[in-house]
Amino acid sequence: MTPSKKTGGMNRRSLLKGAAATAAIASTNTIGAPMIWAQNIKDITLRQFGTGVSNLNDVATKVKEDLGFTLEMTALDSDAVTQRAATQPDSFDIADIEYWICKKVWPTGNLQAMDTSKIANYDKIVGIFRDGKLTPESTIAQGTAPHSVGFVEGPGGTEFVDNESGWMTLIPTIYNADTLGIRPDLINRPISNWSELLNPEFKGKASILDISSIGIMDMAMVCESMGEISYGDKGNMTKEEIDKTFAIFTEAKKAGQFRAFWKTFDESVNLMASGEVVIQSMWSPAITAVKSRGIPCVYQPLEEGYRSWGGGLGLSNSLSGLELEAAYEYINWYLSGWVGGYLMRQGYYSAVPETSKEFMSENEWGYWFEGKAATDTITSPTGDPLAQAGDVRDGGSFTDRMGAVACWNAVMDENQYMVRKWNEFIAA
Amino acid sequence: MRLNRHVAGWLMATPLSLVLALFLLLPIGMIVIVSFWGATEFSIYPAFQFDNYEFLFGSPVTYSVFINTFKYAVVTWFFTLTIGFTVAYFLAFHVRSLTWQIALFLVCTIPFWTSNIIRMISWIPFLGRNGLANSTLISWGVIDEPVEWLLFSDFSVILTFVHLYTLFMVVPIFNTMMRIDKSLIEAAYDNGATGFQTLTNIIIPLTKPGIMIGSIFVVTLVMGDFITVRFMSGSQSANVGRLISNDIALLQYPSAAATAVVLLATVLIVIAVLLRFVDIRKEL
Repeated sequence: MTPSKKTGGMNRRSLLKGAAATAAIASTNTIGAPMIWAQNIKDITLRQFGTGVSNLNDVATKVKEDLGFTLEMTALDSDAVTQRAATQPDSFDIADIEYWICKKVWPTGNLQAMDTSKIANYDKIVGIFRDGKLTPESTIAQGTAPHSVGFVEGPGGTEFVDNESGWMTLIPTIYNADTLGIRPDLINRPISNWSELLNPEFKGKASILDISSIGIMDMAMVCESMGEISYGDKGNMTKEEIDKTFAIFTEAKKAGQFRAFWKTFDESVNLMASGEVVIQSMWSPAITAVKSRGIPCVYQPLEEGYRSWGGGLGLSNSLSGLELEAAYEYINWYLSGWVGGYLMRQGYYSAVPETSKEFMSENEWGYWFEGKAATDTITSPTGDPLAQAGDVRDGGSFTDRMGAVACWNAVMDENQYMVRKWNEFIAA
Repeated sequence: MRLNRHVAGWLMATPLSLVLALFLLLPIGMIVIVSFWGATEFSIYPAFQFDNYEFLFGSPVTYSVFINTFKYAVVTWFFTLTIGFTVAYFLAFHVRSLTWQIALFLVCTIPFWTSNIIRMISWIPFLGRNGLANSTLISWGVIDEPVEWLLFSDFSVILTFVHLYTLFMVVPIFNTMMRIDKSLIEAAYDNGATGFQTLTNIIIPLTKPGIMIGSIFVVTLVMGDFITVRFMSGSQSANVGRLISNDIALLQYPSAAATAVVLLATVLIVIAVLLRFVDIRKEL
């Protein structure tokens, strides 16, 4: 070896020594901290993931402010959420998922049931999530209705039960009634049926979402409205019904009815705002986002009713001790109104509307919940104007909208068959 | 001494072999194994069954999707090769000073300073119904109505592929062209060859390795892609990559693994065929 190399080696070695010493100092610090603070809730970090709709940074900031602990949020699309909840139980503490996802994920045992006696506002939760009925006279819509997968027989229970057992799978947080979004300025005529999605008038200007379990329900609403198929249960189709539904849509796709399919919220907003699409399946805040750009967009109520969905918070099976307590505290805080008010101002509904009322102005409550004409400008949570004085919410009041639900997002018995058919439809 | 050198050789090869075994062979082995497993809606279970392959080969969708994938690969290859060869030829033979060659070559790489996805998505507002392309054409009076097939069509998919991957053709071709002995071209000229004869008899044969390396890049990139196809076709067309990504999204890992194995085999066959034409190792 040459002398120069030797010096090189010595330099490297001394450098490594230095680095090791620094690392040792750093590690004693990081190891030491949690041991001192372990008793303090302020040091707890809860990891939550879910779809973009309710994974809001504002919520995390407010949690830190009100409760003191840290909430880490990850937003994913519905498929990725299902995947993560089913396959990576250690990667989250709180799963913000939809009820139909719950039906798929619960059997994996990755979530734990929640004791409703620890939920302060349990009695005030809307009937839809408890006995399934909005009002005592309501009939329960088709599909995976939230109450049907909302309870299990006890801690560790794997079977859903049809009564309020005191052990909830998800604590409901957010829900809405979905319908088609339209660009009234580009359509220029009233739209009142789901069948308009396949109306040749909108050839090349229609879109549907590319998430199979939700898309199939929109398709079913359309086919039923066209009078082509009458389903036994849209939320649980037979193979023949699935085949017929896809045959109708494949034909439409080949004829060039669709401009594009969308998978994420942003895609649907861009398609609508750019005028690529004038009628499509859409979610409420996407309408809000289009409107806040100053582009007219209507969440069109339709005669056949709405396709509804609900989401809730589920606890990871690995949560225990102080972290579990923190999670309960978080859930109680979630239902106590601030988040509800925030979500309601985006066009969603809160599971405990009466607590949210305290966090909304009278005008906002009237517009969003009671279906009354706005008395002043209505703004989004970020401050963009969405409606002027005198405007009325599309679809009217809470009971008008949630009372007209035709079906819930669902997972059917023939789900795997449907998924394969969906893949064929996309590739057709 | 001789033994020492022998041992040293093995030792020197070990790190790379380990890395390859761990990060290439092992994962591929896993994929092959999982492709024989079974899946329920939310879990996968070990098994040795051919269900996934049976379904794959039994479905007409698979064939149409593979044909579509090949179509994208072939058309993209043709355009990237034509454009890439022309650009490289210009850089290597028309630009005389080395400084300018380097400067212009760097200009070619500028688009690569931004992310792949951004370069792809920026086409969407450009090609859209009310986009720049359509409004320009309308204002020129070329068309009266916006052209619909510009966006969310095979056209937009291939356009994006060509845009994204032409550089992968330019670089290796330029590289081999630069190593062609200039005296060969002078000799051809002295012997009375026309420009076209020089091109077909000297330049193209000598650039073959570069063309082949570029082709392998482009073909494998296009065949393995899924995100470009999803965004630029508005989710309306499918290639094999999308088939796999759909399966993964729906937790059907074994089925995705089976499709991946078939795709891998197909790509390997394509590359093997390409390599029959040129012995890259000899030419490098």
